[in-house]
Amino acid sequence: MSRRLFRKFVNLLALALSGLATAVGLLFLGAILWTLAKDGFAGMSAAVFTQNTPPPGSTSGGLLNAIYGSVIMTVLGIAIGAPIGILAGTYLAEYGRNSPLSAVIRFINDVLLSAPSIIIGLFVYEFVVVPMGNFSAISGAIALAIIAMPVIVRTTEDMLNLVPQGMKDASTAMGAYPWRTITSIAYPAARSGMVTGMLLAVARISGETAPLLFTALNNQFWSTNLKAPMANLPVVIFQFALSPYDNWQQLAWAGALLITAAILVLSIAARVAVSRLGPGSGRK
Amino acid sequence: MSSAEAFETHLAGQRLRERIFRGSTLAAAVLLLLLLGGVVVSLLHGAWPAFSRFRLSFITHDVWNPVTDSYGALSAIYGTIVTSALAMIFALPVSFGIAVFLTELAPPWLKRPVGVAIELLAAIPSIIFGIWGLFVLAPLLQASVEPWMDSHLGAVPLVGALFQGAPYGIGFLTAGIVLAIMIIPFISAVMRDVFETVPDVLKESGYGLGATTWEVIWKVVVPYSRTGMIGGIMLGLGRALGETMAVTFVIGNAHHISASLLAPGTTISAAIANEFTEATTPLYTSSLIALGVLLFVITFAVIAAARLMLLRLGRRALASV
Repeated sequence: MSRRLFRKFVNLLALALSGLATAVGLLFLGAILWTLAKDGFAGMSAAVFTQNTPPPGSTSGGLLNAIYGSVIMTVLGIAIGAPIGILAGTYLAEYGRNSPLSAVIRFINDVLLSAPSIIIGLFVYEFVVVPMGNFSAISGAIALAIIAMPVIVRTTEDMLNLVPQGMKDASTAMGAYPWRTITSIAYPAARSGMVTGMLLAVARISGETAPLLFTALNNQFWSTNLKAPMANLPVVIFQFALSPYDNWQQLAWAGALLITAAILVLSIAARVAVSRLGPGSGRK
Repeated sequence: MSSAEAFETHLAGQRLRERIFRGSTLAAAVLLLLLLGGVVVSLLHGAWPAFSRFRLSFITHDVWNPVTDSYGALSAIYGTIVTSALAMIFALPVSFGIAVFLTELAPPWLKRPVGVAIELLAAIPSIIFGIWGLFVLAPLLQASVEPWMDSHLGAVPLVGALFQGAPYGIGFLTAGIVLAIMIIPFISAVMRDVFETVPDVLKESGYGLGATTWEVIWKVVVPYSRTGMIGGIMLGLGRALGETMAVTFVIGNAHHISASLLAPGTTISAAIANEFTEATTPLYTSSLIALGVLLFVITFAVIAAARLMLLRLGRRALASV
């Protein structure tokens, strides 16, 4: 084979393999979604949304308490994590843009962003559960807040950095103090990007299982007490999927479908928000 | 009150608000620092009984026995390293291929949907990968791949021991594959972003010299983006090392070191997830937290190194992670 043909052959082979790799990646996505849809819809019924998790041996039951618990803890997690995350992101982007402290915090935030979530669970266990004396929904929400925070810090900082300096300068020239410029000019300009960050944070924490295992634990019954263990979808899926009961496994699949559907909708919504509105729709 | 005085009060109010707002942003930022400090301190505090009791033997012993209250982390460390290594071996070529496809090969109309689809794979929570691995992948491997490995590769000298044994379906190999599927989106997203930072002029000069697409990728794009690629790979490795739920389902949870990849084992994170709420003695709980300390040290080192490498590229390349 001539050198030229050989080079062409290598080229074709490499490009074909890269196409193949992409096909493999998409195949896994397809396979997982297909299994989820098949087994998830099979396990879906009105009871899933109207009944609590069943005791062992029972043939009925649903996921009502787990869905409620997941929603409550996710909302609480964001309610705790978002204000702190936005304020910290504001410091990094505005007040401390070039300070050495910010460089350190940025780095720490990046590390927290990819730290294993089970470590956060252990931390909250030591820091909240042990002093409180029992597992509780509030400790689960705190664990989720800590996981959501780095995501929000990161997007807030990035979005504030996209706001044109001229806009902020104009506000300053009018005599506004920085807090006024930030809250009345920068935040509105960066709003859609910050909302996107929040959606991504919700998507991230609503499927988290490991940090809830030893904070919120699980609860077979309906509970609205934040100081007591609370059922939640991920931990229920974990326990039910590994159980020997058929109806538990079916419920696990139904729960898995619910979570995945919610997260995919959130992620797609976040993307649409960015591409439709741009990172800062307010400034156009 | 004169208008000048009113203005003064107004200004004082503005200054007060400025101080409060500035102070609270600073406090929130410092809270992040304290958080990491708190993680370190509380983990060390919880792990202290185990570390002071077993000292160095905690990481050199492979016996994990709750009955005799004796704990050694070696089998879990071994499992963590083996599953992560397997995941990297599977994920690297595929991620590289995806990144090449997305940056150099895909027609524009295909680029965005495929890119988004791969990113959606990253958004799926790990517990979903876990049950999928347990109910779909494990039976598949058990029925076809593992018996084939045992009978065809098991007799090969040197490497044969890796593939011997009964096909359980769950074990190091299955965990490695599930982990690989999980980290492919992360690694390929970073690689794609890094590849896109290569200036067109560089690539065009490659083509101008008559290079093929592959030659431009291998000899221009890859060398140019080496640091970023390694950063992305290590970020993926950090995920694989710390991943919990996906592994817990398919690893088999046996505190066992075995040469065969088909055998069940355990990882640091899987052991914590499985046993923490069942830990009956304080020493047991403390040993599990000590496992957490080990995991934290390992992943912190890997992630910190990855972030430092990616720092050079500026922050945009990290936006998708």
